[in-house]
Amino acid sequence: MKTKSMIGFAVSLSLAMVAAPSHAGSTAKDLDAKTAMIVKRDFRDKGIAKATRVNQDELQAACSKYVDKLPKKLKAKLEAKEAEAIQWPADGKYMGDWKAGEKLAQSGKGMTWKDKEEDPRGGNCYNCHQLSATEIAYGTIGPSLLHFGKERGYGEDIQRYAYARIYSAKAGNACANMPRFGHMGILTEAQMKDLVALLLDPESPVNK
Amino acid sequence: MNTNQICRAVMVLALSTSLTAVAEEKAVTDSERIEQYREMISDGNPAEFDEMRGEELWKTPAGPKNASLEQCDLGKGKGVVKGAYAEMPRYFKDTKMVQDLESRLLTCMTTLQGIPEEQITAKPFASDKKDSDISSLATYVAGQSKGMKMKVSTKHPKVKEAYEIGKRIFNYRAGPYDFACSTCHATSGVRIRMQDLPNMRSSKKDAQTAYTSWPAYRVSQGLTRSFQWRLNDCFRQQRFPEPKFASEATIALTTYLAVSANGAKYAGPGLKR
Repeated sequence: MKTKSMIGFAVSLSLAMVAAPSHAGSTAKDLDAKTAMIVKRDFRDKGIAKATRVNQDELQAACSKYVDKLPKKLKAKLEAKEAEAIQWPADGKYMGDWKAGEKLAQSGKGMTWKDKEEDPRGGNCYNCHQLSATEIAYGTIGPSLLHFGKERGYGEDIQRYAYARIYSAKAGNACANMPRFGHMGILTEAQMKDLVALLLDPESPVNK
Repeated sequence: MNTNQICRAVMVLALSTSLTAVAEEKAVTDSERIEQYREMISDGNPAEFDEMRGEELWKTPAGPKNASLEQCDLGKGKGVVKGAYAEMPRYFKDTKMVQDLESRLLTCMTTLQGIPEEQITAKPFASDKKDSDISSLATYVAGQSKGMKMKVSTKHPKVKEAYEIGKRIFNYRAGPYDFACSTCHATSGVRIRMQDLPNMRSSKKDAQTAYTSWPAYRVSQGLTRSFQWRLNDCFRQQRFPEPKFASEATIALTTYLAVSANGAKYAGPGLKR
């Protein structure tokens, strides 16, 4: 066999393997398509949670498809896009009020079909993170943020980093579990600043 | 020893015991406490009332056709309830569908009893104000598999397909928070606030324990909850829109989770915080 036809054979073989049914006539691609069809059909509006919420943006679709383990190039591309989309505070300041931040961190409310559009939204922070030493009812899905500033310093660089992380955790890790509080319009700029202060004000319980 | 001395001795004893209790309590986690609570009242799970109510509903003629559900085929022949839940979801030839227990009950209630589907699906879950017939029926039927091994077969290509689609829905990230089921249920040993989260993706033990405890009586709600309710409330917290009751999406997801629980003894109806 000549090299050319060997390559041709190898290509057609690998194509056949890609298209080969994983089981009972459905390829992975068929199953993806069918899943998308079913999800779009089987969820309905309830309160503020409209059916269109199942429509995925590029990042959600990629993280679902690759089960949160993206190919390197795609990961870098999506992270860059997220970073680019961050809207920085117009006044160039990142720090708000840590007391308001602590209240936000405690609340896991907002945006479910039981909530109203005008209901205040929480930051959900304690659901997943340890923050202050005094609050023992904290989740462990995310890393502990206790002594966040104490260990990292209180400078503007770290403030900017924290703001970006809250705005879109996906700018640092495309398939992170953490919601994109700024990117998705969950929290306002002022609220995100309050959370930065909770992490980085030396007086905040996080740093005591 | 006079009465006074006895009294003092008793008080000292009582005090020291309670002090020990306090010290011990500190080392006990919330989940352990809930487990203790579960054991304490495991002889009297309020879900039993729901099972009894469901059995009554199963046997009593109702609906426009004034028929009981005793001719309902849950996969093991007409009227066979024993062990049916441990093998569901499964493929049903008459509907040409994979069905979980609640969707199958829906089929029987509409076809045998002639109850309009919308009448059942409009409010399929119990509330403080109103019981749910379909939930009570599900609790009764599930209870008839107590102690039996979960064996949901994926031999039928449609069940296999439902499993594959269910797995994809489990990982499907969407909504304002980017959450999927997997956001909370694919890591071992984590919790949300104080609530331990079962790893349904890669811990066989977690998947088995979690799945086989539903339907369950929720102490905090004072209601017995079905598996369809469990999924519904998860999607609410995911900030998703509402999954339609007994829809293909919910059946597929249930299939994925039920298969993951295969091999474990069905332990419900359960008792939860």
